[in-house]
Amino acid sequence: MHRFILAVLRRDLTLAARRRGDWLIAQFFFVMVASLFPLGVGPEPEMLARIGPGVLWVAATLASLLSLSRLFADDHHDGSLEHMVLSPEPTVLLVLGKSLAHWLIYCIPLLIIAPVLGIQFNLPWDAILVLEISLLLGTPILSLLGGVGAALTLGLRGGGVLLTLLILPLYVPALIFGAGAVDGVMAGTGAQAHLSLLGAFMVLSLMIAPWIAAAALRVSLE
Amino acid sequence: MNLYTFASPVTFYHLAGKLIPWFTWSAILLTVVGLYLSFFVAPTDFQQSEAYRIIFIHVPAAWMSMFIYLVMAFWGAIGLAFNTRLSFMMARALAPTGAIFTFIALWTGAWWGKPMWGAWWVWDARLTSELILLFLYVGIIALWAAIDDIKRGDRAGALLTLIGAINIPIIYFSVKWWNTLHQGASISLTKAPSMAKIMLIGMLVMAIAAWFYTIAVALVRVRGIILERERQSEWVKEILERET
Repeated sequence: MHRFILAVLRRDLTLAARRRGDWLIAQFFFVMVASLFPLGVGPEPEMLARIGPGVLWVAATLASLLSLSRLFADDHHDGSLEHMVLSPEPTVLLVLGKSLAHWLIYCIPLLIIAPVLGIQFNLPWDAILVLEISLLLGTPILSLLGGVGAALTLGLRGGGVLLTLLILPLYVPALIFGAGAVDGVMAGTGAQAHLSLLGAFMVLSLMIAPWIAAAALRVSLE
Repeated sequence: MNLYTFASPVTFYHLAGKLIPWFTWSAILLTVVGLYLSFFVAPTDFQQSEAYRIIFIHVPAAWMSMFIYLVMAFWGAIGLAFNTRLSFMMARALAPTGAIFTFIALWTGAWWGKPMWGAWWVWDARLTSELILLFLYVGIIALWAAIDDIKRGDRAGALLTLIGAINIPIIYFSVKWWNTLHQGASISLTKAPSMAKIMLIGMLVMAIAAWFYTIAVALVRVRGIILERERQSEWVKEILERET
């Protein structure tokens, strides 16, 4: 079982390593969206610190969405996806492996850049630390739920925009708990409650989303 | 003859044709009674004066918006589990009505909010969840519209409805929590004032009217969907010849 997931993972990571442009685009997108906000709302440090957690979380969400439409699309295009689904291994594991690969390729780099942006937004160090933890707990949700959207919209015209429309409402709890945790630290109420809920939501997504995504993938490939 | 007879589109088409007038006339009758109760019988509210009367539209619409989503999720789950074509058709027939009720609930909520709270919109838990519910409806309808293949569209829509149904309670509580942290308790919707009995009756009559309206409209729409999908079959051709 774990060998199949590892094989999917290794394959996707190798593909990503050979096409470096792909994941760099998502990271630059993250930086740019976050940098547009100070230009739009003004450079006052207090206000930036106030909106910072929310802005960084929204930007991270959008950056991970950007790459989701290609989660299955490339493999679907060259036909390898059908072979993987037809293989005797359960489709759930395929989806799980692919979501995990998406998380490692597109979301872990966000974690590395986020502190730099946090400094730009004048966040204190303890808030940046909580931002990192909340992103670590929250971004798997984005990859897992996004897998459902990517499977549902596989091969449709305008699939990318449609994917955004379908998945963004489902991201709301992750956004609220994630940004709320950072807000909580800055307001002095603590982040633990938000982080616990975020972790619970992550575990719930991990249990449910791959099954629905696998069902959706089979529907889309029929 | 058992319940499964009506799972076939042919028999259901005829059954729906017989049921539609009943539900339509009941809906019209109940709406008239309900509106009469709400506007002429129910007393003026002590605190909110006449403006409170919008709840006779608003509350039934909000109830229906959530209820229809659950019914859609139910039909989607039945369709996925038992592979019944009619269930998916029911889900598709219900979605536009659900989206319209969600929109009405938001719109009338804004009209009620302006005189009561002095704001068209506040980021309250209920309002925000209702808005996200509208997004979910729009997403499902957009997904159906984007998929040409009927079978794939049915199943994809059902899966999306299901994951949305799991998510709605989480969204509601997350938004509620977020709201209490951000806003303080400036506006509380939850302290329900004790309502005069006649107001409650008026609201219930309007809710049942909305319910019957939904059933009638969904049946009309499902008949259209059945005709469209079965257009190659003999019985549809017979009906079309008879009616043209």
